[in-house]
Amino acid sequence: MLTYTVRRLISLAVSLVLISLLIFTVMRIIPGDPAQMMLGTEAEPETLEILRDKLGLDEPLLVQYFSWVRGVLTANLGDSLRYNVPISGLISSRLLVTAPLAGIAILLSVLVGVPAGLYAGMHRNQIGDYGVMIFSQMGLAVPAFWFGILLMLIFAVQLNWFSAGGFIPWTESVSGAFKSLILPAIALGIIRAAVIARLSRSALLEVLDQDYIRTARSKGLVEHVILYKHALRNALIPIITIIGMQFAALLAGTIIIENVFYLPGLGRLAFQAISQRDFPVVQDIVLLIAVMVVGMNLVVDLTYMFLDPRIRLE
Amino acid sequence: MWRHFFHRARQNVNFMIGFVLVFLLLITAIVSEFYTPHDPIKMMISNRMEPPSKSHLLGTDQYGRDVLSRIMQGSQTSILVGGITVGIGMVFGVTLGVWSGLVGGWWDETIMRLMDVLYAFPAVLNALLLSSLLGPGIRNSMIAIGIYNIPVFARLSRAGVLGAKELDYTAAAYSIGRGRLGVACQHIFPNVLSPLIVQGTVQFAVAILSEAGLSYLGLGTQPPFASWGRMLLEAQTFMGINPLLAVFPGLAIAIAVLGFNLLGDGLRDVLDPKLMKSR
Repeated sequence: MLTYTVRRLISLAVSLVLISLLIFTVMRIIPGDPAQMMLGTEAEPETLEILRDKLGLDEPLLVQYFSWVRGVLTANLGDSLRYNVPISGLISSRLLVTAPLAGIAILLSVLVGVPAGLYAGMHRNQIGDYGVMIFSQMGLAVPAFWFGILLMLIFAVQLNWFSAGGFIPWTESVSGAFKSLILPAIALGIIRAAVIARLSRSALLEVLDQDYIRTARSKGLVEHVILYKHALRNALIPIITIIGMQFAALLAGTIIIENVFYLPGLGRLAFQAISQRDFPVVQDIVLLIAVMVVGMNLVVDLTYMFLDPRIRLE
Repeated sequence: MWRHFFHRARQNVNFMIGFVLVFLLLITAIVSEFYTPHDPIKMMISNRMEPPSKSHLLGTDQYGRDVLSRIMQGSQTSILVGGITVGIGMVFGVTLGVWSGLVGGWWDETIMRLMDVLYAFPAVLNALLLSSLLGPGIRNSMIAIGIYNIPVFARLSRAGVLGAKELDYTAAAYSIGRGRLGVACQHIFPNVLSPLIVQGTVQFAVAILSEAGLSYLGLGTQPPFASWGRMLLEAQTFMGINPLLAVFPGLAIAIAVLGFNLLGDGLRDVLDPKLMKSR
């Protein structure tokens, strides 16, 4: 078990190094001078020189890379070029919006998706199953941001139950902040629930097709004992992977949905940083999101190990 | 073989619905190149925000442009983006995946680790990164989505190769002196083809969704050319006045994606009937 964990941690470290190298390289192969791109062609040579110095662009590439990595590891990311505040502070304040948004969305997707999928699997080829399958096909086809726009149209514009976007800070009103996250979280969560439902159904059906279930049936066990005691427990293993895999899609989804609802989260920050050519911020956010994705994959793998003794013994 | 395929395909509801939807989408994209009810780009301010009527079946937008014509033109964007990004993913992904699976060892380890790294960047993130460097636009979105597709196809084809490598007929081909490349092209590739076709269909749907998202952010297709995502972005501003503007382009996206997803599901069942039971 320890060997497996260590092996996974080493592979995570390798991935992280490669990811940081990739982001760094991509940010440095821009044709032309990054300082010039940020300030525009009209910029004075002195201003350009100051910016170049601030970004460390005159240093050798390797030195630039290591000073960036050192900054990341010590949470000292430097300053945003546009806001002129430390990037770490900027990111952590935006995480206060994105993290709860993603959290509520994933909770919602699990609470809706898993039971729906298992129900469909248990009632295969019955009306409920068809209903869940239609729901999941629609969920796969509808873009979360359009669903968000529709929710806004109905609940904010027509019914006036929610405000049409914007965010009330947590410090001002906890319930207000929570309320501003509900519609976007539903938009993200229900779409992910459709995917989780579909895959949970397949996972359960696959388990129900196994020999030991047939054995359980043939020795006369009642159907619900077979389902709850034998099938569900084993179906849960792939379902956990499925939930973990949704995380990356969900994070990508927050980037767009935050723009739909004008939420001051990480995704909106990334988007604004790009339009304002605030490269250091872009670089750090992209790294953060990629790290979150691989980190989540690690969590999934380790959970898997706890649930499936075969992996532990490998 | 083909007769067998068509026979099974005709009986598969998913395949048939998906096929019809995708066919309609393709026809719309082709027809809109030559004919749309109105000019999709020309602005007619006097006609702005008209509700659906006989002359404008889906109404007009904030510049008086015909919504139906713009949706028709938007289908070109979707097909183009889907086709090119799946193409990029397949060409690079399959080459890397097949090579990785065939050669194994150090190559395999390196390529697959790189694929893992690429996989950590969702398409939208790729696009954000690329457009911050190269500027927004359809070409850069296609590169971004295409790059995202590479690891998907690489993993799939590698898995197929690893399976096919162990089969007797592959060993037989080697034993009569066929080289690696010959075996790969003639014996292994046909074996990984059907999962690749299925995945290609699914990725086509993913590409349409991603492009719509990017265009919604303003990073994809640039005006005045129509794209469904961009139409939704513009519609959102006028949602209070004309809510229908925010409905039709979204429906178009959903129908197109549904078509490719159903076609993918159907193809999976038709090409590999063994799998049908678990779905």
